[in-house]
Amino acid sequence: MNLEATLRGARDRGAKLLVPYVTGGLGRGWLDVVRAVAAAGADAIEVGIPFSDPVMDGRTIQEASQRALDIGATPGSIIDELDGLDAGVPIAVMTYYNPVHHMGHERFAQRLSASGIDAAIVPDLPLDELNGWADAADAADVETVLLAAPTTSDERLHAICERSRGFVYGVALLGITGERTELAVEATEMGRRLKAVTDKPVLLGLGISNPDQARVAAASSDGVIVGSALVRRLLEGGGPEGAAEFVHELRQGLDQG
Amino acid sequence: MSAPRRGDGVTLGPPGPEPTDLGRFGEFGGRFVPETLVPALEELELEFRRAWTSPEFREEYAQLLAQYAGRPTPVTECHRLSEHLGVRVLLKREDLTHTGSHKINNVLGQALLTQRMGKRRVIAETGAGQHGVATATACALFGLDCIVFMGAVDVERQALNVFRMQLLGAEVIPVTSGSATLKDAINDALRDWVASVQSTHYCIGSVVGPHPFPWMVREFQRIVGDEAREQTRSILGGDPDFVVACVGGGSNAMGTFAGFTDTDAQLIGVEAGGLGIETGHHGASVSRGVPGALHGARSLYLQNEDGQILEAHSISAGLDYPGVGPEHAALAASGRAEYPSATDVEALAGFQLLSKLEGIVPALEPAHAVGWLMREAGNRVPKDSTVMLTMSGRGDKDAMQVSEMLAEQAGR
Repeated sequence: MNLEATLRGARDRGAKLLVPYVTGGLGRGWLDVVRAVAAAGADAIEVGIPFSDPVMDGRTIQEASQRALDIGATPGSIIDELDGLDAGVPIAVMTYYNPVHHMGHERFAQRLSASGIDAAIVPDLPLDELNGWADAADAADVETVLLAAPTTSDERLHAICERSRGFVYGVALLGITGERTELAVEATEMGRRLKAVTDKPVLLGLGISNPDQARVAAASSDGVIVGSALVRRLLEGGGPEGAAEFVHELRQGLDQG
Repeated sequence: MSAPRRGDGVTLGPPGPEPTDLGRFGEFGGRFVPETLVPALEELELEFRRAWTSPEFREEYAQLLAQYAGRPTPVTECHRLSEHLGVRVLLKREDLTHTGSHKINNVLGQALLTQRMGKRRVIAETGAGQHGVATATACALFGLDCIVFMGAVDVERQALNVFRMQLLGAEVIPVTSGSATLKDAINDALRDWVASVQSTHYCIGSVVGPHPFPWMVREFQRIVGDEAREQTRSILGGDPDFVVACVGGGSNAMGTFAGFTDTDAQLIGVEAGGLGIETGHHGASVSRGVPGALHGARSLYLQNEDGQILEAHSISAGLDYPGVGPEHAALAASGRAEYPSATDVEALAGFQLLSKLEGIVPALEPAHAVGWLMREAGNRVPKDSTVMLTMSGRGDKDAMQVSEMLAEQAGR
């Protein structure tokens, strides 16, 4: 339970949590990006394993996924490359269910575990379909993070928080990933509803695009996940330095909150 | 509520069996979607179950099928084709419905449901444009806003249908992501729905997607099989030896099979063989796909060794999909139905033969079923067998494309 323990520890010391998302396999130096982001103040890092049909993702992450696939990234290669990475923070992979299903629940979970990956986020595997994967993940000591959405009923919200490991991922808008000029009205309400029912770390993600939005979103929750805004900088050639600079700004924004 | 309902000449048979355990057909089906959509799918399942057993809903649906869609459609005995092939061929004429394909059966049902749920906006995906045109038609009829996602490649090759949709008041959004075909149109429709789910109904066009869609769309299409069964009985005095339909996602086949699963008929779903199965450029998801989860359902999908979805290939945009509905995957697994394929070339031959011998120009999709029958008459289908084949749509939309291809063939 490394991810949850780490996030709880940081939260209980009074910090707001920051989990940046990086697309795995996006350029040969992608592991340097992960290290730089960790050093710039991330509490944990979400590494995307690209899938050909990412229905929860907007244009930025679609493009990053396609670029990574085009230069040969595979689920196996990303998991292997993460083995031995000493970023100093927990790693969660985010991917879609088909690559997991294709590799096989047990094998996927065991490979994550063998590479020192702490957790998995599978956004098209909702609570009701979790069984086969979650059993394998539990057995391999991989934490499965579940998502809760603005449309989720109170009853489901309880069940999701109960079953989620690592943290609870609050979907901060109605829609897919991507930068937004304004923080969605759903964000604060999502954080408030989740905090009312669980003691697990609650992070908000989707549409959180700048330090100011991160600060506001974190006020109703324990922290934020930032993906597209960071990945766009990588697509524009920002490299590890550009990524670190942005994550540092986010960190400062959260610390000011 | 299983009493047949009449609407001027259309009789709905009793509802068919429900899938089990969150939409499972054997080991296939389910609801693999982002959490945001789960409540909407639960609501849709509840609404459909209520509607489908409600005498008022069934009456209204039956009347629409009769007065608007032009049902029942006939079964035509093909004397010249039968003589040519040496087997007795009957066609279920979905090409004669309003909008020219079986797609209208499903969209009228879903449009009625949309009204019941109080939603005003409908989104749909389309490949060849048949489902897009049908959805735009139903939305015009009911005064609903309609947005159709269509792969940019398909927008190019089906310009006529794009214009028809626009004429009917729909907005057509070209999809440029991925392979820019049907699979990507579904991706973008799902992406829209995740953002718009509170005001919008996603009118899926085939027996694919998360529960309850595969079940619901099969039920809205079972009129094809229910009618055909009675009609073939009155012509043949019994059930046919073979029931044949083309399969992309598989809605016309599933609707057809639904009327015959409890008979002795052999059920044949003909997939797109493309340039030939051995070339890798095809749409034969049942025979060459492996289990996976895409667009909300566990089923059979064409994918590479890493679980990335592959592009399908077919001469017909409607069969150009790298997956198949979960109930077909289950029928294949149990052996109740079999899923051979017909190539682009065989489909072109079927397109021409049916036109010449029967005066019926088929859409390229069912032309695959005709092409398969041409190959297998006297082989897999023994001489003098009886065959009921679903003519799922008419070929006007494909005439231009076929004319160009035949000119190309002749030029070689």
